[in-house]
Amino acid sequence: MSLDSLNRVHALLLRYLYVLRSSWPRIIEIAYWPTMQLVIWGFVSLHFGANQPELTASGILISVVLVWDSLFRSHVSYTLSFLEEMWSRNLGNLFVAPLRPWELILALASISLIRTFIGMIPAALLAIPFFGVSVFDMGLPLLAFFFNLVFTGWAISQVVTGILIRFGLGAESLTWVLPFLIAPVSCIYYPLSVLPDWLQVIAQLIPTSYVFEGMRFLLLEGHLRLDLLFTAFCLNCIYFLFGLCVFLLSFRSARKNGLLLQSGE
Amino acid sequence: MSEVLRTVSLTKKFGSIEAVNNLSFSLSNSSITALLGGNGAGKTTTISMLLGLLLPSSGKIEIFGEDFVKNRYPALGKMNFSSPYVDLPQRLTVKENLSVYAKLYGLADQKGAVLKMLETFKLAEFANRRVRNLSAGQKTRVSLAKAFINDPKLLLLDEPTASLDPETARWVRDFLMVYKKKSNATILLASHDMKEVEQLCERVILLKNGKLVEEGSPNALLDKYDRKTLEDVFLDISKGNSG
Repeated sequence: MSLDSLNRVHALLLRYLYVLRSSWPRIIEIAYWPTMQLVIWGFVSLHFGANQPELTASGILISVVLVWDSLFRSHVSYTLSFLEEMWSRNLGNLFVAPLRPWELILALASISLIRTFIGMIPAALLAIPFFGVSVFDMGLPLLAFFFNLVFTGWAISQVVTGILIRFGLGAESLTWVLPFLIAPVSCIYYPLSVLPDWLQVIAQLIPTSYVFEGMRFLLLEGHLRLDLLFTAFCLNCIYFLFGLCVFLLSFRSARKNGLLLQSGE
Repeated sequence: MSEVLRTVSLTKKFGSIEAVNNLSFSLSNSSITALLGGNGAGKTTTISMLLGLLLPSSGKIEIFGEDFVKNRYPALGKMNFSSPYVDLPQRLTVKENLSVYAKLYGLADQKGAVLKMLETFKLAEFANRRVRNLSAGQKTRVSLAKAFINDPKLLLLDEPTASLDPETARWVRDFLMVYKKKSNATILLASHDMKEVEQLCERVILLKNGKLVEEGSPNALLDKYDRKTLEDVFLDISKGNSG
């Protein structure tokens, strides 16, 4: 990566940070939803824990809720930053500058990571005094689980932004819809074995199912299954490349059909 | 004078519609050329192709002697544009917007370039105001400041004086003339203001239904059509009268 490329990525990152700092309610909102999730699931966990302690052993319920939210946050942060460009009819200005599509992707991924941390860290810290659960107790494996889910989030984002650039703001609702499509087969709150056989086959094609199976092993059995993490990572690479292809093909199609100048509301 | 931009048989089809048809023209160094035509004549389509935002169906675009369709990035750093169809981020202040673009174009002295644009376009007092809180005229000036921030050698301007009051519009026209001389820049502008075109441009390219129907200096066209204003020439051509 050349210095010029880095400069352009930095320029876009600055642009997104300026938007972020321009509105305190926005920053609070980023942390608001994960915190609300934590509060609700925290009490659900307390309730379950009182009756069936095995369901909430080692803070599993709260941990999976927090970690799953990192996928959703990373995806929404990435896609919303891209939508900012469409809402402000700025795509034309960006792409008459010497900005490469992959530099835009890198900038979106960077701001997504920053916003995800802003959202997740307060919730994860609040879980310690209020519910006695620290996801940080997982140690380094937490980072592996976290980055795998963020990676899945970006793969979904690339497909969504590709659709947005090609079909316009009419497809905006996909931002919120698409991540939940994989939620049932991600085995967030239940083990893979709960699913019917045919759905297990589908779940095994989804990287998130390996992440949550891996988390359950670590929290309940006390050992890290590297094979699960590795499979999740390999699947993520495939989906990320697929997302990249969708985005680049959509970008080319947008250039072919003159959509970059008509991207506003 | 050397050629900065050249199109050869440039064509753009959207399905069965030919938005631009076999368009060939060139722009020489240090010149201001107007791209004229009624609604749907193909001006915006042509400008979009010259900016790399739209892929031609066929034909060639050469900018600074390089094949622009094959590799647009080296040229894009030396170009810029402004258009009422494209906005700058409304939530950012004027200064933040210009800083982002100064960085995006990889300028050596980014702070200096931003300050220069704020002063040149009389935007210093609005520097910390968000773009969404500016008047239409002030937004046009910010858009022009962005267009000049990288000291472009080729500038494509769509309606550069739209929404400006007469005094500021005149100031912008004067600025374009001075800039062209000082920077040896080439400017292609689309405008519906024929007086502006007469005043600014050495050459006019007229499009109708995506085809080049007339080109030449404003004076040559006035003589050819035996008219006193370019607006009358434009109306003659639109009605299909020949010179």
